[in-house]
Order: sequence, then structure tokens, then C-alpha cells
Amino acid sequence: MKNVQKQKRANKSLPFFVRDEFRVSLVIILISVGLLITTFTFDIVPPILNRGIQPATFPKALLVLIIVMTFLIYYLATKNPWKVEKKLPRSFFLTLSSFIIFVVVSKTLDFFLAISALSIFVSYCWGEKRLFYLLLVGIIFPIIVFIFFETILGLRFPPGIITNIYYS
Amino acid sequence: MLAPLFSSKLLLVLFFGTLFGLILGVLPGLGPTTGGALILPFTMTLDPLSAIVLLTSIYCAGTYGGAITAVLINTPGTPAAAATCLDGYPLAQKGEAGRALGMATVSSTVGGIFSVVILVFFAPILAQLAYEFGQPEYFALAIFGLTMLASIGEGSPIKNLIAGAFGILISTVGKDFMTSIDRFTFGINELTEGIGFIPVVVGLFAMSEMLTQSTLINQIFNRIALKAIKLPSKDDYKKTWKTILRSSGIGSFIGVLPAEGGTVASLIGYSEAKRFSKNPEEFGKGSIEGIAGAEAANNAATGGAMVPTLALGIPGSATTAVILTGLIIHGVRPGPDLFREQPDFLYGIFGAMLIANILFFIFGFFGAKIFARITLVPNKILWPMIFAVSVCGTYSLNQSIIDVWIMLFFGVLGFFMRRYGFSVVPVIIGLILGELVEGTLRQSLVIFDGNWLMFFTRPIALTFFILSLIALAFPLIRSRKFKKNND
Repeated sequence: MKNVQKQKRANKSLPFFVRDEFRVSLVIILISVGLLITTFTFDIVPPILNRGIQPATFPKALLVLIIVMTFLIYYLATKNPWKVEKKLPRSFFLTLSSFIIFVVVSKTLDFFLAISALSIFVSYCWGEKRLFYLLLVGIIFPIIVFIFFETILGLRFPPGIITNIYYS
Repeated sequence: MLAPLFSSKLLLVLFFGTLFGLILGVLPGLGPTTGGALILPFTMTLDPLSAIVLLTSIYCAGTYGGAITAVLINTPGTPAAAATCLDGYPLAQKGEAGRALGMATVSSTVGGIFSVVILVFFAPILAQLAYEFGQPEYFALAIFGLTMLASIGEGSPIKNLIAGAFGILISTVGKDFMTSIDRFTFGINELTEGIGFIPVVVGLFAMSEMLTQSTLINQIFNRIALKAIKLPSKDDYKKTWKTILRSSGIGSFIGVLPAEGGTVASLIGYSEAKRFSKNPEEFGKGSIEGIAGAEAANNAATGGAMVPTLALGIPGSATTAVILTGLIIHGVRPGPDLFREQPDFLYGIFGAMLIANILFFIFGFFGAKIFARITLVPNKILWPMIFAVSVCGTYSLNQSIIDVWIMLFFGVLGFFMRRYGFSVVPVIIGLILGELVEGTLRQSLVIFDGNWLMFFTRPIALTFFILSLIALAFPLIRSRKFKKNND
């Protein structure tokens, strides 16, 4: 309890624009406003075909509600600040970057290769240095999963340098 | 009730579902919700009954499985087992891990079976009532379900409501179902069909948990060795039978409330056990009543949560939201018609839950020692494997790589939501209820000729609106009371 109070005090001493509650609220509001603007580009149904409300009305109402509630949480947070979150460790950023690598590799090279690369990368970054286990998570297990999905679910994976060899 | 289950295939599904649920429950960070989400794509190979039997058995067993980790490593395998840590671990530290797990197993089984009885009796009654519902009533009911998100155990009420509204917003992506006008598609063809449940569910639960685990890789658990589970003694039964029954009732009731679930049930079950106990000072130091109170309540919530899920199509908890997704993707629409048209299907589910409760008792009793060893699988091996299954599972549904990217996006989003105190459960519930909310609202307005006030002329709808207001006010009253007590 004391620790939480200390963290809250620490958070209150920070300038408002670096506090989590400000940054989170700002991000939500900016995205919501962006989406709200987008709703004005939706097609309008002619009155004769319109049933009830326009297709844009409901999302508009939701976005306004989200914006209002976000202002409310920010207002409440000025009175009762959020606790300061610990800095994210390096392993988190490595895992996050592995997601980006996955997207790039799966799009440009191969789906299987992307899974394999991510598994080995994540396992290694999380502290696994033994070769057998790296091969287990990076090659043996993905092969089992691939074969399982292909035979049981009849799935056809997207073409790529390794998948093409497998299918040929 | 059990007749539809007398096929070797269904019994096998039930057996593996229970076993898999236990393993998921034991592993911190996984649990029945994430596990259910991961298994959803695989259920596409099964017929609807087998698929839902698999998901419900995972639900029942996974909820109990959380207790094993709670007692042995002081880390709840599932959020619903958080209250079990309070007394389970201290009792295990005293060298009575077997007794603690024995009580957890017995009370979980009793709570689970009690709730199935409640489900069998109350779900058809609720479904019968739902025959009176028109579009306005369904709209009011869905609003009630959403406002209940405010009082969900995790996160602040307003943050939960924002998350719920965001979930509904996701459901609006794609072609408008009434006018076929594109909304939020940004010119991406794949988005015209909308955002699927599975990428969102797997992303928000499994991938966000993977990112969370990446921040905890140096965490070391103090694991207590388990020799064998012991059945509770006569003295233990004498001490706890009232607590077990009370918590079973509380858990079933809390479970029935839309959007609430095992976590809230176990906390209330635990605090009520303490309030009625002759030895409240023992709570937090290894009270056997504390374990019984928490475990009976969280397992009783499983059957309770299935009542609104099956009778109304409103999920009673996070895992039932996944089960509801399973029902929808298998073309089964929950609600009163399901009770009239497919009674065998429903009795199959009821029977499966009953058997799953008995099976996890047997597995837990004879296999807890083995299941406890599963916690030794290091995260650096486990999570890359879960990633491979998640990616292939998500891809398998529409054979779309966009779905996989959506899953990863929601994984990152889910991580930051959880980090800043936004629960991810309301997003799923909002996504599931989104179409119902918008559809019933628009159809009601057609019926009412655009007059919004007409909603308040319908007694059932008005009752749900009043209940919604109470649901919104409840967290405020609760926090004020809590503040007063603390002052």
C-alpha cells in the first residue's frame, strides 16, 4: 500500500505531459478523433432506403462516448494519479521487434520461415542458449504444427521459399 | 441428460478437454480463456456439439487447475484462483500442501456440480422469459450486459466501459449489415467482411500475455514440493461444508450476472467465508475455510456464467465469451430458440459440464503431482510454441495472412491496455455484443418510427435500463464504501 502511495506521489511530481494518464488519454483521444473524422466520409443512405439511423451514426456515438469517458478518466487521474509503471525491459522490446520481423519475413520470404525465425529469436532472447531446445522450438515444433494443420485441417499455407519446396 | 454424450467420440473429446484444461489452468498466464481462444480454430474440424463440449470441459477443468499453482507456487494459474493463494500457499508452507489441494479439489467439484444443477434449472426458465423479448428488450438487455462491465473485477469501471465501447466499435468494421456501406475499411478488401473474433481473441489473450511474459523472464517461483493430495478429514468437512454450500450459491449467482465471472465470485466467496467464520483471524495464514470459500465460488461461477450465455447469448464471463464465439462460428445462435429446437445439444453441454467436474476431480486427485510439474516447463520454451500454434490457428480460419497481422496488432494493443489498467475482457464482450446492440437499436428505431422515448414504454426494456443504471452506480457506491472503511 505504502509503495503504491509512493509511486503515486512520484507520478504527481512529474510534469503533466510525461505522466502515463496524460499520454494514454491523449493517444485514445487522438485516435478517436481521427476515426470520428473518418465517419464523416462514410456513404449516406438516401432517405427512402434508410432504416432507422444512418450507418455512420452508431460509430459516431460510440466514438463521442469514448472521448467523453477518456476526458473523465483523465480528470479523475488528476485527483488520483495512476501508479508509475516500471520501465519495460529489453526482452520486451526484443519480443516486440520479433513481431515486426515476423510480419516482414512472412510477407516477403516465407510463412514457415517467419514462425521459425521468431521462435528461435524469442527463445534465445528470453535466455535459452542450448542448441537442442532452440531447434526444438524453432524447427521441430513448427514442423509438427504445420503437418498437423495441413493434414487435420486441410490447410494450405501461403507460398514462400520453404513452403514451395514442401509442396513440390 | 447424459444420453447425448454416450458416444466414444464425445467422451474422448471430454477426456482430452478436461486434461488440456487442467494443463492450461496450471500454467500461469494461460488459463481457460486463452486456452479456449487457442483451441477455437481446431474446433472447426469438429461438429458443433463436440466443439462446445471441448470448450466447456476446458472451462471447467481450467478454472480448477488454477488452484494447483496457487497453492504450490503462490501464483494463480488463472485470475479466478487469486483468492486461493491467500490461504492455499500459507497452508502449503506449513507442510500441508496435500491437504490444501485436497480441499481445493473437493470444493471445486462441489461448486462445479452445484452450478450445473443451477444451469439445468435456470437456463430454460430464462430462455422461456426471453420469448417475451422483442428488439427493444434485446437492446436493453445488451446494454445491461455492457454496463455490467463497469463492475467487472479487473480495472477501473470507466476504463472497462471504454474497452467495452472499443469492442463494439471493432464490430462496426466492414460492410454495414443493413445497408452494405463500408465502414472503417480504409480501402482494405480483407476488412469488408469485418474483423473476425479469433484474431482479436487470440491477440488480446495469448499474444498480449506473451508480451507480458517477456517482461517477467527473470521471475523465480518458490515451488513447494507436493507428496500427495489428501482427502479432507472429517474435521475439515465439519468446518467447511457450510462455506462450500454458501460459496457455491454465491458463485452461481455471480456467474449468472452478465460479464461477471469466477474472479469476482471467488473474491466474494472468500470474503463471505471470512465474515461467517468462527476463526476469521486464521484467514490469510492458511485457513482451510478460505480455500474452500474461494474454490467453491470460482468453480460454481462456471455453470452460472453459462446461463445467460446459452439462454440469451450474453456472455457471463471472459471464457464464456470465447465459448459464445465458438457457438457463433459453428452456426449455433444461443437464445430461446436453441432450447426449443436443439434440446439434445443443450443437454449434451449440461452433461459434459457435469462429467468434466467429476473428471477433473479424478485427474486432480491422482495427477496433481504430475500437473504441478508442468509449471517447470520454462517460458522460453513454452511461449514460442504457443506463438506457432496461435499464428497457424489464426491463419487457418480464413487462410488469411491479414488475420495473423490483426492478431499481432491486438496482441500489442492488449499488452498496453493491461499495462495501463484497461481489462481486455470488455473488448471481447463488446465485440460479441456489438452486432446485437447496433442491430436491435436500429430495428427498434424502425419499429418506433425514430422515437427514442418509446424504449421506456416497454416494461422489460425499462427494467433492464434501470438495472443498467444500478450496474453503473454500483462501482461508485462500492469504492466509496471501501474508502469509508479504510478511513
